[in-house]
Amino acid sequence: MSSIAQKKGFGAAMWDYLTTVDHKKIAHLYLASGGIFFLIGGIEAMLIRIQLMKAGNDFLSAGTYNEVLTMHGTTMIFLAAMPILLAFMNAIMPLQIGARDVAFPFLNSLGFWLFFFGGVFLNLSWFLGGAPDAGWTNYASLAIASEGHGIDFYALGLTISGFGTLISGINFLVTIINMRAPGMTYMRMPLFTWTTFVASALILLAFPPLTVGVFFMVFDRMFGANFFDVTMGGNTIIWEHLFWIFGHPEVYILILPAFGIFSEIFAIFSRKRLFGYTALVFATILIGFYGFMVWAHHMFTVGLGPTANAVFALATMIIAVPTGVKIFNWLLTIWGGSISFTTPMMYAIGFIPSFVAGGVTGVMQAIAPLDYQLHDSYFIVAHFHYVIVGGVVLAILAATHLYWPKMFGTMLSEKLGKVTFWLFFIGFHLTFFIQHFLGLMGMPRRVYTFGADQGWDLFNAISSVGALFMALGVIILLVNIVMTSIKNERVSNDPWGDGRTLEWAIASPPPFYNFAQTPLVRGLDTFWIEKMEGNKEGMVYAEPLEEIHMPNGSFVPVVMSFGLFVASFGALYNMDGDKGWTIPVIIIGLVITFGSMLFRSLKDDLGFHISKEELLRDVKGGKSDGLK
Amino acid sequence: MDLNKKYTPQSWPDHPETATMEGKNKFVGFWLLLAAETVTFASLFATYLALKDKGPSGMEFAASNLFELPLVFAMTMILLTSSLTSVYAMYHMKNHNFKAMQAWLGITVLLGAAFLGLEIYEFNHYVHLGFGYTHSAFSAAFYTLVGTHGAHVLFGLSWFIALMVRNSKRGLNMYNAPKFYLVSLYWHFIDVVWVFIFTVVYLMGVIG
Repeated sequence: MSSIAQKKGFGAAMWDYLTTVDHKKIAHLYLASGGIFFLIGGIEAMLIRIQLMKAGNDFLSAGTYNEVLTMHGTTMIFLAAMPILLAFMNAIMPLQIGARDVAFPFLNSLGFWLFFFGGVFLNLSWFLGGAPDAGWTNYASLAIASEGHGIDFYALGLTISGFGTLISGINFLVTIINMRAPGMTYMRMPLFTWTTFVASALILLAFPPLTVGVFFMVFDRMFGANFFDVTMGGNTIIWEHLFWIFGHPEVYILILPAFGIFSEIFAIFSRKRLFGYTALVFATILIGFYGFMVWAHHMFTVGLGPTANAVFALATMIIAVPTGVKIFNWLLTIWGGSISFTTPMMYAIGFIPSFVAGGVTGVMQAIAPLDYQLHDSYFIVAHFHYVIVGGVVLAILAATHLYWPKMFGTMLSEKLGKVTFWLFFIGFHLTFFIQHFLGLMGMPRRVYTFGADQGWDLFNAISSVGALFMALGVIILLVNIVMTSIKNERVSNDPWGDGRTLEWAIASPPPFYNFAQTPLVRGLDTFWIEKMEGNKEGMVYAEPLEEIHMPNGSFVPVVMSFGLFVASFGALYNMDGDKGWTIPVIIIGLVITFGSMLFRSLKDDLGFHISKEELLRDVKGGKSDGLK
Repeated sequence: MDLNKKYTPQSWPDHPETATMEGKNKFVGFWLLLAAETVTFASLFATYLALKDKGPSGMEFAASNLFELPLVFAMTMILLTSSLTSVYAMYHMKNHNFKAMQAWLGITVLLGAAFLGLEIYEFNHYVHLGFGYTHSAFSAAFYTLVGTHGAHVLFGLSWFIALMVRNSKRGLNMYNAPKFYLVSLYWHFIDVVWVFIFTVVYLMGVIG
């Protein structure tokens, strides 16, 4: 569709993206904006590493350093990693289950625009009096004392984008429950769909506590409530509980889709059925379940008492079991396979040792007495970067290469892809491996500098050099994207040649209505089954060619999200108490939002139909499914 | 979907709310939303229990001397009755009796508005006693929990009214039947939350 959009001219293409409810275009939007936030978060990471390059550096002031580290964490988790994963979920999951679109196309668009305006709002803090500076965890004891509006930008921005994520989670759950093609039973769903399913369930149950906690923060600062004011009977530990009841499942919201992506990659490029598919599914569900039982392991040093610490320590260690099951299943998938070392496969193979290292340090921290030593040191920083970068970011980079042809119809260069992989992979270990030792040597996290007499100079310098490698890797990826987009060599349905699941049975990129006829699924790895049986079309159909019902595009999601964006500015400056315009701005913003909600509810939107003739033209013209 | 198709009670499906794909999706999606709402209220309840009776030293207010059960009991009865009347409305919706459904929905809205009025009166009363929102952690937790419920009641009422007015001329069809069903589901959820508020905040509060 993108080539058609270009012919329409820039304005029309722009309007097309602003009003689209097509899951594939929303995926483009998520990928583009998540990618931009990833670059912003990456620049913030580089600033941190430049500041820590040598002892006593004054590149950043202490206050600016706090802002940079807070925004690095917040941006990377909420505005980069999660949206980019949502991009792949949107682009691929409906195709994998043979669905026409997601269950609620309108809400899909609304979810994106809420995330987008929330992210923009948060980042505007840099220009409007300072960014949040209490860390991405925003502990109340620190945050309520923070001056300026940084914390308010954090609270309101995350509220808006959090609503967006919650909506997406519900949408994916309903899609997978209700919209699977005939024959696509739960135990035939590809692993990426399964992990999307469980991650969406985690989103559903984890985001409300964050929203509640953030509202308490807003109420304390805006209306003078006393949730966190100890002199008025408040309790700052409530924030820590609410935050981590969200925060720990959030880790699994990020890593489970990453596991799904790697499961696809291992099967495709080992040319083997996944080893232990059932065990992988079961492990995914178990990880999701235990994810809610372990939040207090982030709070061992708070003083919840030995009983609580023991229970949460044990629960945390148990999570290592299903995760270990997964690692062995992947290894046994590779075992005896006919392996092709493509770029995605390189990332997948690099992921296993990196993630295991992160997991092992995680089990170390689960031991509460040891955690008293490790807490708030660089050991923790090393650990969670091993899990997030070694797991999630490697998965994102792998999926970018794997699914790029499906999303945009052209391959990324394998040669440049491998250069990116080696630069990023070496840079990653160079940066973070040594931080384990910095932590054991006593270097605290979130402190803007260190003394020359503390003996941390060399290791920090090495770590900063590693960050440079990662940055180079990302720049080469961008070059790769630009170069291959200019060349724009079109590819067929199954550009890797070894696709196993339904998304590879459809044109790259797929037509806007997806499958012209809903496919019939005859087993796990259904496209592979059809290929092995010599089916030239790549699938069998569950229905004759008939007219297709499609939803209308809509501009309402943008307006609805923009209303909250406007209201948030009013709420933010209302806290100063000396401006007359703030209450009207809040009211205008809420009127925009609820007015467009009412408009949406009252105006019938029945969608439109694509006629059979039009579909036949597409199928014959080779625009639709079928191997070419 | 053909909005002009005329149904009779005989041709109307048994479960119009899930008779179409859109209806099925809305049905599942709304139950999931209620799961998220449950977690939201669970967080608010937990916070309330942690901050109950907590305030600046020497605070004179406590749950045991602040709340009065007669008014709250009346509110509870009104809201529970409104849940019953919304069930009657759904009974008539399933029998394709539009007028009766609108009438019972109207009664539901009136009862809901009465509940909301009493809640505003109650809050106003406490504020006049000096127990304002900024008074203490206890007051903040109380007003936020009960007030969030009140905001849900207000939203539910607006939703009822919007649907009733929008469809008053054209009656029931397969497009709006799921919408009526969902708002009544929402209303039941609000009712269940209130039962917990009545128990945890008021009954347990008065007992001490």
